[in-house]
Parts: sequence; structure tokens; C-alpha cells
Amino acid sequence: MPAGKQDLLSRCFFFGEEQGRSAQPIGCICSVPTRRAVRVSAQRGGAEGSSGGASTAARVPHTGGALHRTGARPRNGLEPAAGERQGGWRDQQASRVMVASRNYGDFASEATFEIKKCDLHRLEEGPGTTAVMTREEGLQYYKTMQTIRRMELKSDQLYKQKIIRGFCHLYDGQEACCVGIEAAIKPTDHVITAYRAHGFTYTRGVPVREILAELTGRKGGCAKGKGGSMHMYTKNFYGGNGIVGAQVPLGAGIALACKYFGKNEIALALYGDGAANQGQIFETYNMAALWKLPCIFICENNRYGMGTSVERAAASTDYYKRGYFIPGLRVDGMDVLCVREAMKFAAEYCRSGKGPLVMELQTYRYHGHSMSDPGISYRTREEIQEVRSKSDPITLLKDRMVNNNLASVEELKEIDVAVRKEIEEAAQFATTDPEPPLEELGYHIYFNEPPFEVRGPNQWIKYKSVS
Amino acid sequence: DYRLPPLLKRPLPHAPPPSPPAAVSQVTVRDALNQALDEELERDERVFLLGEEVAQYDGAYKISRGLWKKYGDKRVIDTPISEMGFAGIAVGAAMAGLRPVCEFMTFNFSMQAIDQVINSAAKTCYMSAGSIAVPIVFRGPNGASAGVAAQHSQCFAAWYGHCPGLKVVSPWSSEDAKGLLKAAIRDDNPVVMLESELLYGVPFEMSEQAQSKEFVIPIGKAKIERQGTHVTLVAHSRPVGHCVEAAAVLSKEGVECEVINLRTIRPMDIETVEASVVKTNHLVTVEGGWPQFGVGAEICARIMEGPAFNYLDAPAVRVTGADVPMPYAKILEDNSIPQVKDIVFAVKKALNM
Repeated sequence: MPAGKQDLLSRCFFFGEEQGRSAQPIGCICSVPTRRAVRVSAQRGGAEGSSGGASTAARVPHTGGALHRTGARPRNGLEPAAGERQGGWRDQQASRVMVASRNYGDFASEATFEIKKCDLHRLEEGPGTTAVMTREEGLQYYKTMQTIRRMELKSDQLYKQKIIRGFCHLYDGQEACCVGIEAAIKPTDHVITAYRAHGFTYTRGVPVREILAELTGRKGGCAKGKGGSMHMYTKNFYGGNGIVGAQVPLGAGIALACKYFGKNEIALALYGDGAANQGQIFETYNMAALWKLPCIFICENNRYGMGTSVERAAASTDYYKRGYFIPGLRVDGMDVLCVREAMKFAAEYCRSGKGPLVMELQTYRYHGHSMSDPGISYRTREEIQEVRSKSDPITLLKDRMVNNNLASVEELKEIDVAVRKEIEEAAQFATTDPEPPLEELGYHIYFNEPPFEVRGPNQWIKYKSVS
Repeated sequence: DYRLPPLLKRPLPHAPPPSPPAAVSQVTVRDALNQALDEELERDERVFLLGEEVAQYDGAYKISRGLWKKYGDKRVIDTPISEMGFAGIAVGAAMAGLRPVCEFMTFNFSMQAIDQVINSAAKTCYMSAGSIAVPIVFRGPNGASAGVAAQHSQCFAAWYGHCPGLKVVSPWSSEDAKGLLKAAIRDDNPVVMLESELLYGVPFEMSEQAQSKEFVIPIGKAKIERQGTHVTLVAHSRPVGHCVEAAAVLSKEGVECEVINLRTIRPMDIETVEASVVKTNHLVTVEGGWPQFGVGAEICARIMEGPAFNYLDAPAVRVTGADVPMPYAKILEDNSIPQVKDIVFAVKKALNM
């Protein structure tokens, strides 16, 4: 028996000296929270079903966890008495014990989920309707989405405290998009997006502290305080672009470079439902299709372009069809697995040399367009609440994992706590790191250039420009 | 005569290629640019050319003649008429490691793509604190042509020269054209190269050194085309030729003009101008663009701010294009651009003759 399990079992006071037996806890207090979790998520499952969300029917490979469902009785007197309500002090006690005694062998290693079928345009077949997710993947997606959620909420807080200035476009509600996409592409693939970029900045590899420090304009920011919210970059991530729609031709250019270098890389060019009406995007569709560029155009349709709903902005709101001669698919952007499977499909299509694809992710943003937009003048609070309760990407994932025994509620709570701590520390860094030194005002105007003088606000103020 | 309409000067499709370089030979600006592109395409595989009609048509002004045949579809790319789109594609390709040369058929059409030039190309290195370079060249004919009227005759030197993050060059002679284009392609920054359609067919002497494959002119350095003592004439692009002619006319009257060919608009070599003004005490700037907020205005402001102000014996004088959208009729057009007589007149005014 592995040492870890030995420790857990010996600490669990229900087993004591049972090392010689099989490692499976046959019956213990574990069963109580599990039943509660199952019941609670069954309630959520009902709500999901009514909203047409993804079903969580699962085929679960059996491990010790399955035994709890078969109704095996606890071996000791701590079983709740018949008729006693769940959630009482015994459950609390049990859950306190739980954290110590539950071992991770109790969980399934993976589960299969049904996902929504994608609408197709000029495609004979699309992504499948099932997705397999391992426990590790699930935990990773959960942690990443939760990190982005908390990071955006922290940014909201810092903005209201006026520690973040200017523009701040928040991504909460849309986490499944960037996490699902990143799960399906390689680090050597290229991504470019618009100004609602904090989520992608994180999934592409920039640590939270550097993102927050960039928002607060400190020298520890990923762009040394020179860029701000809309201009964050890292390897194979080209921002962060402020001009609506301009990033789409840039993305196709990156795809041209991918094709030119011949390293089997692809480029993703993301834009919103508002940008989808930009002329340069149609120019780009034309050239990408003409030259068979390995570019995937991804429209994150969050239903509102600033304050204008899609019905008021677009003659056709089928954004996945707007590429006309370019095949397209429409994807449920609130379901990380749906996004992932669609992205896998699209990436494979693109890499095989068939040319570009358009992908529309139907998603939602909880915040307004930016921090200066309360977000309720063009939509109702009820609408926001409804999406939050029925389609929240993190909740959907959490329910799936718990219902299919990929994780426990407590484990996910532990992750939440760890994430909050990480965000707090990052915010602490972002508020205490010094601003960039004034001497650096003129730096980085050019690349790879010998130092030269830059004029300041008057002819006597000169800054040095170093590359 | 380079004032003839370009149509008559356009070479026939089956014209022979330019003769191989001799010790000193006459090379047209067109051929110099063609040589520069050919050499840079050969030297670095990441360099490629894109634009309207650059490939199979051999270039709208035949600048890229023969290049598609030699290098193929991958290196010389015909684009649809989508300036904003293909300029953005070129900038994206540069961000991802290629070295594009993006041709605008004329810079008038670059206005449709100017957001990509300024916001995507020029500013990115700064916004990313140096982590993303954009080694791109935007080139094409700029300013007045002959009889092409208002929408096809604008000079963009002041527009692009205004923006930090860009380098802007404006060649006059064949040497300028070749050396600056090679320097621009080798530069890791976005460079806007403002050529002149009327100069394409003009032959200039090119030394053997200038015809070599490693001939590069540093960006940001002006050239003194003619030494003088009485007045400094500063110009860029085609007006440099007018200044040289005006200097010849004035020389007969005993006025020796120093003619400075700016070569680069940004970063501007004001030191050369200052040193010259200190020597001659008089300044006349000449440009094809409109007067308000123009290159000449910038030169005058900088001279005022610097040590050369104390050496001026008279206010600086600007000779510019007329402050009108370019008219069509020949007499109107001729009087909307600076002519030799306008420069001579301005010099005499500056010298109080």
C-alpha cells in the first residue's frame, strides 16, 4: 500500500490498525457528505436540465468511491439516525474529519460527458457530442477558471478603489472560452485577441501577479507598466489590442507566418460580436480563404457590443456563418468541454491544411462592457442572474465533477481557498510594487536601436530611449 | 524629362533587364529599388513582398519587375484590393518573425490602412516594453504625380513623421532609394518609405560602391548634396532636385546655396541643418506637402529651439505645396507644387535681394 494512503488510513480514526486489509474503505463516515453532495448536485442537475444545459450522465469507472453509492453502511455509531436532517452537526463533524480521511483513490480517474452538438456551416461533420475528462484535467480547468474569475473580481475591486485606471474590460463569465481553447491547442500555437484579454493573458502563461501589476501600472507588470489592461503580451500571445477588429488581420498575418515557416503551427484570431461587423474582418476572411491560411477566427459572442445587443447591430446574428465561404461552427461557450472539443476539431482541421475556420462561442459577460459601464442599462439584472444561476461555467464544471465522482466539494473548496490566497498575494504585489522609474518613459520606442534622445513636454526635458 | 505623364515612360513588358553595374553608371530610381528588393529577398529568407499587382503584373510601377518570376508565390504575393486587411496581415506576419515589405500602390491608399501602420505597427514595441518587434517596411509612391488630381496626390510625410515608433524615409536619388530601402528592410522597426512616382524613371549616377550588395545608407542621416555659403536649402524627395536646379540658377547670380537632402523625415537629422545654418545664416525649407504642420514647419521650430537660431540673419522661409487639394488642369497643378522659380524667389526674399 502506498505510504500516503497508509498515513491517511491510520489517521482516520475509523480504521485504526487495518493496514492488512484492502485499502478500500468499505464503509465510513465518508458516505455522509457524499450523499449530501449527490443530493445537492442532483437538485442543480434538475435545474440544469430545465435550462437545456449539458447533461451530466456519466459512466463512472469503479473505484472505492462507487461503493458509497451502493448504500454500504457505515461501520460505526456515527451513522446519522433515521430521519435526522443532513447538514446538522454530525455532517459538520464528518466533513471536518473528511478532509483528513478522504484519500484520492476514492475518485474516478475520468468520466465521459455529453456535450451540446455544434451548429455547422459548410461542414459535413463537426465535433462529437461526448467528451472525456480526466480528474486531473477537471481540477486544472476548475482551478484555472476560478483563478481567472477571482482575478477579474479583484480587478473590479482595485478599479473601484481607483488603483487601476483607464480601461478595464473584465472577462468573468467567459472563462470557459479561454480555458477550453487553451486545453485544445499547443503552447507553440499563436493567439491574438482584443481588449478583453486578461483571461487569455493568464492561460497563455503570464502569472496573475504580473497581470495585476500591469493593471496597476507598476514596473513588475508584464509590460513594465507601459501597456496597461489592453496591451499585455507574452510568447505566442500578441495581446491585448485596443482597436476593435484590428487584431483579426494581425492574426491572419501570424497565420501567414505559420504557413511560411512550415512548423505546423496555427493562429487563433479572436474578436467579439461587436467587432464582427468590421470591414477589415471580411477583407481578412477573403485573404485567409484565398491563401488557405492556418487561421481560426473565433467570435466570442457575449450578446452585447458595449451597449448594443446583437439584434440591434447585426443583420445576421449567425456569426459563425459570416465567413460565408469559410466553414463555421457555433459552440456553447459556457461549457468548457464543449469549447475544448470544438477547438480540437478546429485545430485539426486547420493543421491539415484545409484553410481557415470560423468558430462562434456563445458566451456571456457578467460585468458591463468595461468598468465604467454598470451593464444594466441595456440588459436586465434578471437576465444576468439567470445566466449566473443556470449557465455559469465554473458551476457547470463543479457539478459535473462532483456528480461523477471526479472530485469532492471539499477538494474544490480547498482549491477555491488556495486561489483566493494566490490572488490576494498577487494583489498585494500589484499594489506595493513601485511604478516604473521616470527615466524609462522613453524606453522601447524602437527595437534593437542604439540609445537616442527623446523630447519631453518642452525642449529642455529630454529622455533617453534605450531598446 | 521626368515631368512627362508616367504612362509614356512605362517600359514595355518585354523590355530588357537593366544592364549589369559598371564602375559608375546611370541607374534609374526604379532599377535601384528593384536591385534593393532583389538583393534583400536573396539575402534573408524571411523577407517577402506583398501588395497589389506586385507579383504577376511586375508592379504597378514596375518596381518589382522580375521578382515574382525569380522568387515565386511564397516571396512575392499579389493581394486583393484590401489595404486595411493586407496591411494588418503584413504587420501580423512581422510580429510573428517575418520581414514583410508592404507596398501601397500610392500612399493615398495607405490612409485606409493607417490604423494598422500607426496603432498596430508603430506603437507595439513601446506598449509591449520591447518584447514584440515589428520589422516591417511600408513603401510606395507619395505626394504629387502628374495629372492624377486631388485624391491621388497627397503627401504623407507630415502625417507619418508625426508618430513616434515609426521611422520615415524619403529618398531622392537612386543611391538614396537603394541604400534607404536596404536599410529599411534590415531595420527591426516599422519603416515608412515615401518614394516619388515622378522620380521612378529618372536616371542618377550610381558609384560602384553604391551598386554593391552591401550598400546601405544609415537611416536618420541627411546628406549635403551641394556645398554653399549664403543660404541653406533643406528638402526631401523630388524637391531636392528642384533645389539643386535652383542652386545652379542662383549660382549665376553669385548666390551659393547649400543643398541638404534630408533623406530621413523621422528621426530627423536636425544637426546637419543646424551646422549648415550656423555657416550660412539663412534657411529655406522646400517640400511638396501642404504648409500647415508640415516638414518645413517642424524644421523651423527646431531651428528656433536650437543654437542655430542665434545665427539666423533673417526668419526662415518655407516653400511648400499650395494649400489646396491638388487640381487637375496643368496650369493649376504646376502652380500647386513648388517650382524652381518659387525656390529662387524664396532665397532672394530670405537674402533680401
